[in-house]
Amino acid sequence: MYYTTTAGEVKAVDGLNFNLEQGEVLGVVGESGCGKSSLASTLLRLLPSNSVIKEGRIVVEDRDVIPMKDADVRRSVRWTKIALVPQGAMNSLNPVLRVGDQIAEAITVHSDATKAEARAKTESLLKLVGVDPARGRHYPHEFSGGMKQRAMIAMSLALNPRILIADEPTTALDVIVQAGIIRLLLSIRSEFKMAIILISHDLALVAQMSDKTAIMYAGKFVEFGGSKEVYKDALHPYTLGLLGAFADIRKPKEALTAVPGSPPDLIEPPEGCRFHPRCPYAEEVCRSKEPPLAEALPGHLVACHFWREIKARRSGKQ
Amino acid sequence: MSAPRTQPDGHGDEVVLKVDHLTKLFPVRRTFLQSLARTKAGVVHAVDDVSFEVKKGEVFGLAGESGSGKTTALRAALMLTPPTSGSVLFRGVDLTKLPKKEMKKYRTKLQIVFQDPYESVNPRMTVFDIVSEGLFVNNLVSSRDEAVERVIRALKDVQISPPEEFLYRYPHELSGGQRQRVAIARALVLDPELIFADEPVSMLDVSIRAEVINVLLSIREKKGISIIMVTHDLALSKDMVDELAIMYVGKIVEKGSAEELVSSPYHPYTHALTAAVPVPDPEAPKVRVLAEGEIPTNISPPSGCRFHPRCTFAKEICATTEPELVEPAPGRLVACHFWKEAHETFMKGLDRPPAGGNLAQ
Repeated sequence: MYYTTTAGEVKAVDGLNFNLEQGEVLGVVGESGCGKSSLASTLLRLLPSNSVIKEGRIVVEDRDVIPMKDADVRRSVRWTKIALVPQGAMNSLNPVLRVGDQIAEAITVHSDATKAEARAKTESLLKLVGVDPARGRHYPHEFSGGMKQRAMIAMSLALNPRILIADEPTTALDVIVQAGIIRLLLSIRSEFKMAIILISHDLALVAQMSDKTAIMYAGKFVEFGGSKEVYKDALHPYTLGLLGAFADIRKPKEALTAVPGSPPDLIEPPEGCRFHPRCPYAEEVCRSKEPPLAEALPGHLVACHFWREIKARRSGKQ
Repeated sequence: MSAPRTQPDGHGDEVVLKVDHLTKLFPVRRTFLQSLARTKAGVVHAVDDVSFEVKKGEVFGLAGESGSGKTTALRAALMLTPPTSGSVLFRGVDLTKLPKKEMKKYRTKLQIVFQDPYESVNPRMTVFDIVSEGLFVNNLVSSRDEAVERVIRALKDVQISPPEEFLYRYPHELSGGQRQRVAIARALVLDPELIFADEPVSMLDVSIRAEVINVLLSIREKKGISIIMVTHDLALSKDMVDELAIMYVGKIVEKGSAEELVSSPYHPYTHALTAAVPVPDPEAPKVRVLAEGEIPTNISPPSGCRFHPRCTFAKEICATTEPELVEPAPGRLVACHFWKEAHETFMKGLDRPPAGGNLAQ
């Protein structure tokens, strides 16, 4: 998916492949501007008018979403198959409508439910996310940040979607409130066998929740695999860089190492491997030839010319 | 239990800033009807009797959730919002007693770095203008060349290189990390003794947070500048802060070396905070919520211990008597009636006291 701008095409999401199974949580980790939120909008076909889906397929339960008419997407995909808990969900509620009415509205607009049915469903949803159903009569400003986020999650569950996309679901929340939201999403996953795509820059948050992890850089996946493999046996220098820059509360005091430089311009991404200008392992080949996302180990994909050396170096250290 | 605290050479125990019984109250406006009914006006106890010291070359952290009063404490210590009572001694001079004009002299010594580098640098000024402004305002340079020289030195100190090339760039040409480092250079160029940093990295991407933290740590190392940092990130505090105070609804509830505090907390609230911090390891135990509900408002804080309505250790006394800060171990302070029980529970790897059981067994 590219955006057309006056400065040229922005290659925001570029050649991604993944499968998501029922009840599975996929974490997508990346810095701001790496295309992770664009990925969410693409999956939902919620794209601005200057964007083009160049090629590819988004198959949800055997139906390709991309060639569908907008009206079809609205009726049979969005909310019912894929629902979004948007970034900054706390500001996504309408301030002049009661919270319960907003959830009920989502139900009546997207299904044939009567108002009474919608109201009953709203109450059970609020209860499910741990908000007193009586609070449905309150306005968003009477809710705390954590409760607004819970209400947004309730709304996204309104039409029993198969897939929930959570885009930075806990940014701007305090740590104890965040822990509550993490637990809520995990319990929803196990109760409804719902698949979740969790988009975040927070490695620890993704580690807590996801079965599989994709590391995204400049519109591409650079590493993909089971979360355990990606975190414990990271093969891409970018993944290693992120892990080294992240503070871990369990460890003794340690110095953190930054990933040098900043994310590239996606209008003219660097030649060859897009990470090479920031990479400590980069050599000539990285400047000219783009590494494919190849299966390094069963189920563990990495896009780096030197993953073997990185792996060897690590086993040498141990 | 942990390695001795690393103090950079020669920084010793010299106290730079001593904050004593600092209190900041904000009156709550009454509605017209309330004033007719002579309802007593409410007061927000944003910061309530907070004391701490910052030593030369030390990184001191104030941590807590939103609404805990950490930013207000920082602003009150800087006289940006003058405190209601208490004193702030900078090198023995009580800043709260100084007339405004006198205070200006100390402003260069006490500098601040704000949270959001996208908002705190003027987009229409060049890097040189941003960093040099304080030099001209305070008449610290006699010529432009001198200013250029000092700006370049400051930019070098924050690892912007080559500094000459950045002088006439605008903020939009810089990355988030570079912007924040320019904001640090703006503080640094005035040769401060203390830098107040309000969540200096929370708006930045994980990959560049370390770059800003390392710059802050390097200037304290090289120049012996002390740093007071407000943060909500305990994992980061452990790596960056020497002495950490945990605040809850305007009060310090626990204080000690950051590394010891997160690995062996005495206060149930600190325990709850550490249990809620996710770790970057898919096999690690999941986060736990050990404090029910959310942080109360400071308009009418709970009686007794302010944490008691959320606390799993709370007994009757907690609702009636406010716990004093006591010293459970050398160098540590905690305000909890049941710190012994709370600490033992934590050290046993438990999350709450066994029901009806005796911990000693």
